Amino acid sequence: MKTPYLALTLLALPLAAQADKLVIPAGAPPAFEAECGACHLVFPPALLDAKGWRQIMARLDHHYGDNASLDDQTRQSIDNFLVQNAGGAKVSAAPAAPAEPPRLTTTPWFKRKHHEVPAKDWQDDKVRSPANCAACHTRAAAGSYREREIVMPNGRRWEEKEDD
Amino acid sequence: MRIALFVLPALFASSVQAATPIELMKGYSAEASHQQAGFVPSAQRGADFFARRFEVSAKMPACTSCHGEDPSKGGRHVVTDKPIKPLAPFANSERFTDLAKAEKWFRRNCKEVVGRDCAAAEKADFIAFLTGGR
Repeated sequence: MKTPYLALTLLALPLAAQADKLVIPAGAPPAFEAECGACHLVFPPALLDAKGWRQIMARLDHHYGDNASLDDQTRQSIDNFLVQNAGGAKVSAAPAAPAEPPRLTTTPWFKRKHHEVPAKDWQDDKVRSPANCAACHTRAAAGSYREREIVMPNGRRWEEKEDD
Repeated sequence: MRIALFVLPALFASSVQAATPIELMKGYSAEASHQQAGFVPSAQRGADFFARRFEVSAKMPACTSCHGEDPSKGGRHVVTDKPIKPLAPFANSERFTDLAKAEKWFRRNCKEVVGRDCAAAEKADFIAFLTGGR
């Protein structure tokens, strides 16, 4: 993101083309997995824009109903990594309320990718939260989100849904 | 038994970094005895604390909301559903071996679940319960 040219190149990268593979980029500080991954799947930074990550990292004491506060050095190292590897306008999210951090599950890209998912699946006890990627994306922990790996809460493969 | 527990760390006075749960408990006990002369950690008080429903947080009314009722078994984060490893050191040898890590989680989870910072006495009791004489 040093030059506008590089920024443009990054923005031009179609997120859809990478969507099967959403790995954590190289250079993550050790705290990224240790801190973020302590409570949830470590989300690929590309799933939210830089503004969104900054807003999240600025309010870790109010982290979606949890206190996820960190010492400032650790917080800054994670913030830098997220912002450097953040996504673009497609993954921009407005906070639901002024004091709340934005959610990567409300970006236009996330909504488009998941618009076929029925409401009952989101509400399933095995899912609990739209941010629980691994509830259906069975290889999410390995950064793989291929359609053939999706198993819905009822145990059926997503690809088999047309047989219904 | 209690005397044996307190002698143990002296026998294993070893590496600089790693601590034992008993060492952490002793540290919290020493801190607690400044406020409360003659403080002795109690596994029973720790057990009561672990099971108590503080009801400060709607989603996480008690420690057990995420850690499960049996600390020798794991739990699941009530919001994210992420598996949580057992709290009891005999079931998970990583627990309470790093003071900074223990402090971080006490700080976060006490504020969240108990609604305030935990006292040193409560932390000592908590570890006394989790080590359960092992």
